Amino acid sequence: MACCGAAYEIGPWVQAAGGDIKVKLLDKAAMDRSGAVAQGLSAINTYIGSEQDPADYARMVSNDLMGITRDDLAYDLGRHVDESVHLFEEWGLPIWKTDENGERHDGSKGMTPLKDGGKPVRSGKWQIMINGESYKWIVAEAAKKALGMDNIQERIFIVKLVNDKNDKNRIAGAIGFSVREHKLYVFKAKAILLAAGGCVNIFRPRSVGEGQGRAWYPVWNAGSTYAMAAEAGAELTMMENRFVPTRFKDGYGPVGAWFLLFKSKATNAFGEVYMDRNKEMLNDYPPYGQAAVPASCLRNHLMLKEMREGRGPIWMDTVTALANLRETLSPREVKHLEAEAWEDFLDMCIGQCGIWAGENIEPEKKNSELMPTEPYLLGSHSGCCGIWTSGPDDVGAPSDETEAGVPDYLPKGWNWGYRGMTTVSGLFTAGDGVGASGHKFSSGSHAEGRMAAKAMVKYVMDNKDLSPELDTDVDTLIEEIYRPVRNYLEHKDYSTAIDVNPNYVTPRMLQFRLQKIMDEYVAGIATYYTTNEHMLDLAEQKLEMLKEDALKMRAKDLHELLRAWENYHRILTAEAHMKHIQFRQESRYPGFYYRMDKNFVDEENWKCFVNSVYDKETKTYQCFKRAHVDLVDKSKLFK
Amino acid sequence: MPTFVRTEKCDGCKGQDRTACMYICPHDLMNLDKDGSETGHAMKAFNQEPEQCWECYSCIKICPQQAIEARPYADIVPLGASVQPLRGTDSIMWTIKFRNGTIKRFKFPIRTTPEGSIDPYGGKAAAEIAKIDEPGFFNHNEQNGYRSGDPSELIRKSSKKRLTSC
Ligand SMILES: Cc1cc2nc3c(=O)[nH]c(=O)nc-3n(C[C@H](O)[C@H](O)[C@H](O)COP(=O)(O)OP(=O)(O)OC[C@H]3O[C@@H](n4cnc5c(N)ncnc54)[C@H](O)[C@@H]3O)c2cc1C
Ligand code: SF4
Ligand code: SF4
Repeated sequence: MACCGAAYEIGPWVQAAGGDIKVKLLDKAAMDRSGAVAQGLSAINTYIGSEQDPADYARMVSNDLMGITRDDLAYDLGRHVDESVHLFEEWGLPIWKTDENGERHDGSKGMTPLKDGGKPVRSGKWQIMINGESYKWIVAEAAKKALGMDNIQERIFIVKLVNDKNDKNRIAGAIGFSVREHKLYVFKAKAILLAAGGCVNIFRPRSVGEGQGRAWYPVWNAGSTYAMAAEAGAELTMMENRFVPTRFKDGYGPVGAWFLLFKSKATNAFGEVYMDRNKEMLNDYPPYGQAAVPASCLRNHLMLKEMREGRGPIWMDTVTALANLRETLSPREVKHLEAEAWEDFLDMCIGQCGIWAGENIEPEKKNSELMPTEPYLLGSHSGCCGIWTSGPDDVGAPSDETEAGVPDYLPKGWNWGYRGMTTVSGLFTAGDGVGASGHKFSSGSHAEGRMAAKAMVKYVMDNKDLSPELDTDVDTLIEEIYRPVRNYLEHKDYSTAIDVNPNYVTPRMLQFRLQKIMDEYVAGIATYYTTNEHMLDLAEQKLEMLKEDALKMRAKDLHELLRAWENYHRILTAEAHMKHIQFRQESRYPGFYYRMDKNFVDEENWKCFVNSVYDKETKTYQCFKRAHVDLVDKSKLFK
Repeated sequence: MPTFVRTEKCDGCKGQDRTACMYICPHDLMNLDKDGSETGHAMKAFNQEPEQCWECYSCIKICPQQAIEARPYADIVPLGASVQPLRGTDSIMWTIKFRNGTIKRFKFPIRTTPEGSIDPYGGKAAAEIAKIDEPGFFNHNEQNGYRSGDPSELIRKSSKKRLTSC
């Protein structure tokens, strides 16, 4: 989404700047269906509307993420996001409306657009309903037309960024390969927007057979954003944060509409609503548990108690919810409602329908099981890991740093010139890439891509005389990228079984090894999301050897070369996650992970950002604190 | 629910350079078996890594022959169900078949404008370079979506101003 936003916004600024800036967009897949929105979506989760203030939004984001987010980033996103939503509607995205009588209409009807005051159907305070099967298709059409297909290359997997020869803290280019033909591409650029989504499949998924691909977040986003940024020297932030969504079991179907739109309740095996039964537990985590909507992780925390103490399975009581709605709605509306329940899945998680159909589940007749998933790393959905990014300069963000220990060469305050720029000059990010914010979702990611694009034009204008030079020669880069292919060609005849060979490891097995380590030592599902200092030590040792062995991955074709490099990105991202959890001496996100040796939230010492930089020479992460400051008054949440 | 290709329906996209399913799969799973060496079915497509399939249905929706279907994950789901779409230009029709034979059909709109009709900059003013440092997008709030916010909500900004004005 972010890249489509950038593709749209950049053209007019390039024109205004004189028109001689060249722009290129690269995607590992086809833009029409690439990224997290490939299946479509059934809601736009961030829409401020005229009745709420960007400050309300920044407050919500902060509380949901246990108090440690950058208000400047969330506030700025809140100001801009509706502009993108209104454009989506102009382009043809069907957005549901409420008429004068309060009746809901799906998006095919010709009703007043949002831009002119049309009333959306809110499924929650921030969410609006859409018929979003073609969401990505539509947004990509606008992006492709805006930028022109001559400036877009699909099926190029970017493997790494390259720094500048004369300034190692500046970006100079990127290198990647075509997944379709034997070609490698080297790009030189003054400014680069790195927005390659979040990270999926570093933890062992609940299904390890054929259903392994049924991850909740898109299985093809492999942490490229975080890994490439880290290797280029960009400062990461809050990489300890993760998202463990509670979803319909096995299919990972969304629950938001069930809770918010259908007013459904989740219970333990005995029909007890765990949010009521265990509500005292929320008081253990003031103030985050005491807001009208407690932080997401705490809702998991209350559910996990039921599971751990043997009162599972957890049920979504769809039967009662739909029966209650029947009492107030007409038969026509009820029929529409049933379609809505299915559409919620069909528009963004079709696999869940296959499970309902296979298990003969009709939600009005039979309840469905809920389950927390394996952990995911992302910065745009309900998570806040990512890259430390320069924010707006007009909302009162700090210009200094009060925590000791930040390496000297890094910027001090929260804005260092260009909106969306990382701590590496010329390297920008958006969407899942921007850390310490979260809850931007599809619309916010698009808007954030647009903000970054605009700032990139400014950066390029300000750096007219710069001519980027790669710090590594192209032959060395090629040699490195093709290493898995060479490993294969050199050793393939040593054994008769193509996959069992002491001289190389298949990307698939390497991924299994990574998932086993993360699952068993870094608070995956195997240990009910628990870990401790000693387990993390072991994880560290095992990851180190895994990283060494990553050099021995084999690739027998282009498809496997893609898998090899995806998994390399996963390892670097996983390592950052592990190091940050190790550094943060508390359990900031109970319900997402527990450090059992520090099983508390320590507001006094740890209400701060944990950031890190990666040294590509020593291949190690260095973690440090940065001070947290509120730019909007959070106490309003509790009044 | 990995995808599978129906042997009698797939025509290999008539031997074109890139097949529709290969073009669209975000995870590079669909492949054309040109000479039949991988599947025994020459010039037909197949899912080369079914256990990596996200069931996003992108390939199913795009196949011009309706040759691709999905079979719910064998390691999770009892046999017998299917979920199949037919995507048109303005709506999509779904047929859901339950294990017990129940059938449900749904039709949803997918877009309100003709495909290919987006005019990205039509009716929009040009960007003004003087505004490049200000918040907001190139089209000057032409979409009425910019929310400037109540300035008194920004606690540090106002306190800083108060300090400098004293
Ligand atoms: C199941 C599900 C439900 C969701 N529900 C909602 C919802 O209801 N409402 C809502 O608003 N949002 C929802 N979201 C969230 C929304 O989809 C994301 O927040 C948003 O798409 C993130 O945008 P992005 O640009 O950061 O990443 P993406 O949109 O994922 O884009 C990443 C891009 O990077 C490319 N890429 C990745 N690696 C590389 C590489 N190495 N080289 C080249 N290209 C690469 C990918 O192909 C892709 O094009 C949902 C997401 C999921 C998965
Ligand atoms: S898109 Fe359909 S017809 Fe074309 S190759 Fe794929 S399965 Fe065969
Ligand atoms: S359903 Fe999606 S992930 Fe699976 S093969 Fe088709 S396009 Fe690829």
